[in-house]
Amino acid sequence: MLKLGGLSLLSTLVWLPIGGGLLTLLIGDSRARVARWFALIVSLATLLLCVPLYQGFDHATASFQFIERLAWIRQLHAEYYLGVDGISLPLIVLTAFMTVPVLIAAWSAVDKRPAQYFAAFLVLEGLMIGVFCAMDALLFYFFWEAMLIPMFLIIGIWGGPRRVYATLKFFLYTFLGSVLMLVALIYLYLKSGEYSIAGFQALPLTLIEQRWIFLAFLVAFAVKVPMWPVHTWLPDAHVEAPTGGSVILAAIMLKMGGYGLLRFSLPMTPDASRELDWLVIGLSLIAVVYIGFVALAQTDMKKLIAYSSIAHMGFVTMGAFLAFGIVARTGSSGGAVTGLDGAMVQMVSHGLISGALFLCIGVMYDRLHSREISAYGGVINVMPKFAGFMVLFALANSGLPGTSGFVGEFLVILASFKANFWFAFLAATTLILGAAYTLWLVKRVIFGPVGNDKVASMADLNGREMLVLSVLAAAVLLVGVWPAPLVQTMEVSMRHLLEQILVSKIPVG
Amino acid sequence: MINPAATASTMTLASLAPAITEIALATRICAVLMFDVFAGRTWRYLTHGLTLVVLAVCAWLTVSVGAVESRTVLFDGLYVADKLGVFLKLAALMATALSLFYSQTYLDRRRMHGGEYDILAMTALLGICVLVSANSLLTVYLGVELLSLSLYALVAFDRNSGIAAEAAIKYFVLGAIASGALLYGMSMLYGLTGTLSLDRIATVSAAHGAGFVIAVAFIIVAVAFKFGAVPFHMWVPDVYHGAPASVALLIATAPKLASFALIMRLLVYGLGGDPALWVQMLTVLAVLSLLLGNILAIAQTNIRRMLAYSAIANVGFILLGFITADASGYRAALSYTLVYVLTTLGSFGVVLLAARSDGEADDLDDFKGLGARDPLLALLMLGLMLSTAGVPPLVGFWAKLWIIQALLHTHHLALAILAVLVSVIGAYYYLRVIWYMYFDAGRAQTPIARETGTRIALGFNTLAVLALGLLPNVLLALCTRLIGTP
Repeated sequence: MLKLGGLSLLSTLVWLPIGGGLLTLLIGDSRARVARWFALIVSLATLLLCVPLYQGFDHATASFQFIERLAWIRQLHAEYYLGVDGISLPLIVLTAFMTVPVLIAAWSAVDKRPAQYFAAFLVLEGLMIGVFCAMDALLFYFFWEAMLIPMFLIIGIWGGPRRVYATLKFFLYTFLGSVLMLVALIYLYLKSGEYSIAGFQALPLTLIEQRWIFLAFLVAFAVKVPMWPVHTWLPDAHVEAPTGGSVILAAIMLKMGGYGLLRFSLPMTPDASRELDWLVIGLSLIAVVYIGFVALAQTDMKKLIAYSSIAHMGFVTMGAFLAFGIVARTGSSGGAVTGLDGAMVQMVSHGLISGALFLCIGVMYDRLHSREISAYGGVINVMPKFAGFMVLFALANSGLPGTSGFVGEFLVILASFKANFWFAFLAATTLILGAAYTLWLVKRVIFGPVGNDKVASMADLNGREMLVLSVLAAAVLLVGVWPAPLVQTMEVSMRHLLEQILVSKIPVG
Repeated sequence: MINPAATASTMTLASLAPAITEIALATRICAVLMFDVFAGRTWRYLTHGLTLVVLAVCAWLTVSVGAVESRTVLFDGLYVADKLGVFLKLAALMATALSLFYSQTYLDRRRMHGGEYDILAMTALLGICVLVSANSLLTVYLGVELLSLSLYALVAFDRNSGIAAEAAIKYFVLGAIASGALLYGMSMLYGLTGTLSLDRIATVSAAHGAGFVIAVAFIIVAVAFKFGAVPFHMWVPDVYHGAPASVALLIATAPKLASFALIMRLLVYGLGGDPALWVQMLTVLAVLSLLLGNILAIAQTNIRRMLAYSAIANVGFILLGFITADASGYRAALSYTLVYVLTTLGSFGVVLLAARSDGEADDLDDFKGLGARDPLLALLMLGLMLSTAGVPPLVGFWAKLWIIQALLHTHHLALAILAVLVSVIGAYYYLRVIWYMYFDAGRAQTPIARETGTRIALGFNTLAVLALGLLPNVLLALCTRLIGTP
């Protein structure tokens, strides 16, 4: 285990941003310049810590690594238990990676209580990393809920005109989903006598127990993903959130729902998952098709990308639950891992692309203070560099080969072919719908003659924006043409997960 | 069972040590009263400081002299001293001291700082201590009345306020009815068992007849009233709103410990032979309190009324702990009560500090823009509200978790789900305070009193809420030690 000044690596990853955030808060808005630089350095340091994490990670094993295990609440047998495997590692890196552009993008755009803004994002980063590396269910829930506080404040303080409605809806929706999960977790604890996630995964449960626990988990994770029909908080939250809030929400927070399905629902209640996989797949297909049409009808850029996020996350939830159908149809588990792989790649890819698109909208919003599509037009004439990036991310969003968007969707569609032709048929409509709403957005905003005088006065990207978008563009292309490092990292863990879910947990006799 | 006759025969001065808290408090109340009477205008301002010193001395005596190793019965079985009692007294002493400390500016500003205020607070505290140590129906009644009568007078303390007088009358009339019900139930219990001693009642309550149920029903009415559980909650919003804010702070905190003790002594110990006698009745009270408290709190525009309905809802949670009729539930109820008192001390402390000097108006609207006007105070309130809402990393989360866990442990799945669902409703109105503080621009621009001392105390209060939230094992270990396994 790698030690850094007495603290282990994962603890440092969690607590460095949180501590840094609190210090940023202390530096205060009166010394905003210092606070900004300090926060940026902390977030960069956190990102740098991901290098030893990735290098020290052993791709060949599915067991948890970098384990830290301390007694936390003896009476409840809850531990301060951190660890990573191939499922959580990419998401941790993604979290650390996406926080940096968020802070840079807010450099001059946020002038209301800047220190508090930067502090909130750092604290949020630490809590999100905590969610991904908690190996104790109570610790997981602790981070999962605590994370709502900074996001609630971010949308509420720095958001748009309807921010209060949006942030309350966000908080209460998520809270409602989570408390049912808490009941399920306590039930599992009373049954197994410990809060360890691995213990829960190994615990035999009857089918009836599994069904209820599965549904309780599903409510929590479906709200977070979000799946149709509990998605309505997302467009509101995205529209009202400040740019950084939208980026983190789309890039990381939605992934927690997917992560929860992979870490909790599937391995803890495999029999109920097999029995109810039609439910998840059905809801996912509705998200892909119906929400795709909804996205077409949007006139607000942020709302359009928000609906697009729901549709794309539909691929994650669908991919995660395809394995049962594939095994049932082909009789072997050979190709079943494709769907899981696709779900995971799609999570990382969507994190990068949706984050980048929200940053692009932020760039335009900073100049014109409007999110309406009709307020723009012909941006390419005045902001050629920006237009290049925007078009690239839009193409990635519609799944152009060579970008990360292609890999995930392709894998999931491939897997759905193996399960059921009609799944694949419906899922593949995204190739048309996704391209339609994204490219139509680009056509209306970027191309054509200059829309009005205000657009004519827009200045092209400054150095900071250029840097942020270039880094993201590089990441999108890298995952698109060379997904091997990502796939290698997760492959063994995914195979292990597949083995877990194909074994019944129903006690015999 | 300890034979009361044996303890009586060996009574010496040293054997009174377990009752040191009450003895010390009673004598010192007299001393402070004399001081206050004869001090005259020039020295009277010292009464308040003297009271705080007295409370500190009593706390020290409770720990150093009053601590007991095991259950000890005194005064012919009227009085019991055990670990739980010692700790609850200590907590009540600290809660009272802290609420008096938070109130000083508020009282000074309104020229209400007569010595009677502190003395009445101390007699209420004495009532709490007696109640906590009660081992006989007589002692229970003595404690309840001592506490209630002091509080009635405190509610009406601001003689110029019509609304306070109204609240006091309501509180008094309803309280008198509740006391009547308590006495009636006790007399029936005495008629059925032939004894006032809880020790003896405990031995016979398992084999009960129909009369027992009626007696218990009357007693539970009184308990519900003192705790402020629906449908005996009518006085709570009026008193929290009408009484001077400092008195509301006092009523909202330490007496909750007394109510907890009342249930522990009367129901769990005295009538513990057959919990089925009271579990169903408490279930009804708990469910109604949870629903009504949380739903009505949403409609409030006055922060004190909101906190009153929040108190009702929280009492519902505490009662949920009791209806498990299991040590795990009592433990959870104890930790919930302690957490509630700690958090409420802080949030009412903020309300007191933020209250405008020109009147009692503490509308929720007055909190608008507090985040910009007074960042520190707003941050403290943020933490306290989130804790009451039950969001980690604050200690309120753990209090709720243990209640839910105890419910599931005793197979009350439906109640557990109800509890988490009403917490979501509850979260709305706690979040609303945060919304007003941070998301809205304020109207009032008057700066808030600096009050460095109170601020530091409030800071530590909130820090405790956070620290216990990060390391809740301290609290849980304490509650486990105090309740143990019966």
